Amino acid sequence: MSDVILEMRNITKTFPGVKALNNVSFSVTQGEIHALVGENGAGKSTLMNVLSGIYPYGTYQGEIYFQGKECRFRDITESEKVGLVIIHQELALIPFLSVAENLFLGNERAKNGVIDWNESISKTAELLERVGLHESPNTLITNMGVGKQQLVEIARALAKEVKLLILDEPTASLNETDSEKLLELLLQFKAHGISSILISHKLSEVNKVADSITILRDGTTIETLDCRNDTITEDRIIRGMVGRDITHRFPPRDSKIGEVIFEVRDWNVYHPLHEDRKVSTNVNINVRKGEVVGLSGLMGAGRTELAMSIFGRAYGTRISGSAYRNGNEVDISNIDKAIANGIAYATEDRKAYGLVLIQQVKNNITLANLEEISTRQVINEPQEMKVTSEYRDNLNIKCSSIQQLAVNLSGGNQQKVVLSKWLFASPEILILDEPTRGIDVGAKYEIYTIINRLVSEGKGIIVISSELPEILGICDRIYVMRDGKIVGEMPASEASQEKVMKYIMTQQEVVEQ
Amino acid sequence: MKTLTTLFKNNVREYGMLIALITVMIFFQVQTDGVLMKPVNITNLVLQNSYVITMAMGMLLIIITGGIDLSVGSVVAVIGALAGVLIVRYDVNWVLVVALSLLLGAGIGAFHGYFVAYLKIPAFIVTLAGMLIFRGLTIALLRGESVGPFPRGFQNISSGFIPDFFHYEGFHITTMLIGVILSVLLIWLDLRGRKNQQKYGFEVTPFYFFVVKNIAITATVMGLCYLMASYKGIPTVLVLLFVLITFYAFITTSSVIGRRIYAMGGNEKAARLSGVNTPRLLFYTFINMGVLASLAGLIVAARLNSSTPNAGDGMELDVIAACFIGGASPMGGVGKVIGALVGAFLIGVLNNGMSIMGVGIDWQKVVKGIVLLLAVLFDVYNKNKSA
Repeated sequence: MSDVILEMRNITKTFPGVKALNNVSFSVTQGEIHALVGENGAGKSTLMNVLSGIYPYGTYQGEIYFQGKECRFRDITESEKVGLVIIHQELALIPFLSVAENLFLGNERAKNGVIDWNESISKTAELLERVGLHESPNTLITNMGVGKQQLVEIARALAKEVKLLILDEPTASLNETDSEKLLELLLQFKAHGISSILISHKLSEVNKVADSITILRDGTTIETLDCRNDTITEDRIIRGMVGRDITHRFPPRDSKIGEVIFEVRDWNVYHPLHEDRKVSTNVNINVRKGEVVGLSGLMGAGRTELAMSIFGRAYGTRISGSAYRNGNEVDISNIDKAIANGIAYATEDRKAYGLVLIQQVKNNITLANLEEISTRQVINEPQEMKVTSEYRDNLNIKCSSIQQLAVNLSGGNQQKVVLSKWLFASPEILILDEPTRGIDVGAKYEIYTIINRLVSEGKGIIVISSELPEILGICDRIYVMRDGKIVGEMPASEASQEKVMKYIMTQQEVVEQ
Repeated sequence: MKTLTTLFKNNVREYGMLIALITVMIFFQVQTDGVLMKPVNITNLVLQNSYVITMAMGMLLIIITGGIDLSVGSVVAVIGALAGVLIVRYDVNWVLVVALSLLLGAGIGAFHGYFVAYLKIPAFIVTLAGMLIFRGLTIALLRGESVGPFPRGFQNISSGFIPDFFHYEGFHITTMLIGVILSVLLIWLDLRGRKNQQKYGFEVTPFYFFVVKNIAITATVMGLCYLMASYKGIPTVLVLLFVLITFYAFITTSSVIGRRIYAMGGNEKAARLSGVNTPRLLFYTFINMGVLASLAGLIVAARLNSSTPNAGDGMELDVIAACFIGGASPMGGVGKVIGALVGAFLIGVLNNGMSIMGVGIDWQKVVKGIVLLLAVLFDVYNKNKSA
């Protein structure tokens, strides 16, 4: 069983300003399930994108050998041709086409451009049988649950005569029975000689099915563990994932924490489209004056959904629960009211939700509080220029002028514009959703400094971050979220990466207050 | 100090359009042996384009939000028809009918706006439906025939001129006086704006540019006033247009609501998350459009001196084209009143010039189509170059 089917040698991939992969080597043997684990941003998805040709040959350094031959994929069709199929976290099925149409999309069973429906349908039935999905080939994708859709994706991979199947977080949106089924399927494939690479955050799953585990951290391979001979504990894996020391990446702060200034009780939120899916369940959180509270958890844990639902119900339906400012219940049922009650939410996706990119920096900064610079609905432009120039200077926004268009700024400076906008609205409670995503180390430090300044002015701040070191480095108190629930709360002084990671990863609820 | 090149680069769209307009005007002036700039024709040009300009102000706001309104031609017709039926058939006082029509226009706008803003149905579909509905209602109201003529007072909405207080034979002195006052006012405003900018330490254009610009503007204003004064003076409609243009230029550049409309068009989600009530704002822009379309409907009816079943037919296309030629983006968030105005005049001059030259309606449409395509191509080219 030691024939190597895939070998990736010394892969280095750089994005402007960031080295996403640094000299990574990774190999998979014939007929094994190889798990790839690491924190968000460790480089797992990048590595798989290099492998499948999404980042074509030439945009990275290093070599890829598949079944002993060197591969230089220019796109995903080339990698699929040799039997490498990747299934992404976000499913790539077309909702209003049938299972059969989806299975053979781009690979149609056709003669001279005319689809042979009989062959398509019978082949589909056969493939569905292999993945254990009992559905008619004519069912529309939109009428199936996520679990079944996942199986259709796998069937599609089989239709392409897969030799190495790559699954990126396949169980992230599945319930337990569906996850169970999927893992069973992987084990069956293994018996038939199909190898798999499994990217997962759920370590219990990894432990259940993986033959070997490779740990990535900060774009480098840390180690590859063999599970066939030794038993590997989850703690052992976590240690590998987070084992990095925090140096002076965070400016020091003297916390002066006061009374609770904002609190949410029994907060329940449902998904806006799937109305029976709960995205927040009985959430209770609070923020004190001068305190930075961290909201930790994996992507998809429901942090952004929770934050946006609190911010004037900007997300979700059937929202229930109550909110309190300084102990008094407040009405934050729409965004105007939330802002009026001193709440601000700086989004994780500044391009889609934070900025009007085609407009000037100054227009973006004043957008949430135009009243402040206008009299009787007329904007006082000189005053606007003056206040926005002050924000530019205070937050050190690098732009040629405050009349420059937001689209032409770097990510870090765009983030500062978003922050400026909310500071100009002078909130008391500021929710920062991934405030440092995609920006460089220097800009991160500046953002942390701004956060320190705000809490020293007595504001309460909630930081959502997927980077554990950041949460540990800047927060006074940490909540851990999983599946829309708060599963842990601890003061930062008692927290460690291992401890937080345990709350995030452990399947059973740990109630420890 | 800003250099002229950066100034031109930042406003290449506006200057480009202005140059195109002037070029087209010179072309027709030569081709029509000077008929284009004759006093009668200048007055005609204003009257012919008054409804397109009126509606372009509303259409611009809708296009900035990222929407479109295809119904305006039909709204023009239905309001004209209603006015005709009430005034001519039922003898209702025309002032009352004007008030009623504007109110109804707001209602029609609210009807469209409700579906678009609150029920989230694409504006294209809602207003396409409106286009059919109101055209149908027009024909039903008029029973397929024209209704007219209107009383003198109503006709004056579009064919009246401001009175002359000096009674000098063959020359309208009040018009010249207004021209002088307007020129002084414009220079004063520009000077004040410039001083204000300097006070806050912002860059201003070089002084010689300021002088040249103001001389050009004054010359244009005085020239136009002179031409109109040699005919019958300033048409009442022009006064109305002036008020509308000033109002909407102010709304788009200096008001909170205007700023929010641009923000909504530029990124609806970001605007929403910044506390802008985007559905309500969208609803208002449609009401505004309805009122302006009904105003245009009254002007058209007054000008034709009758209500006809096919009034305003295809007019929505001229209005929309004016906005796009003037630099508005179909993606929303971009567009200026001055651009839409120049766009409307460009279309107007093309219509008028080609008519004088005897070019048939068939080729007029071809030319207008090509101009629209070229203008937008110019936009895309510029955008790609700067990106």
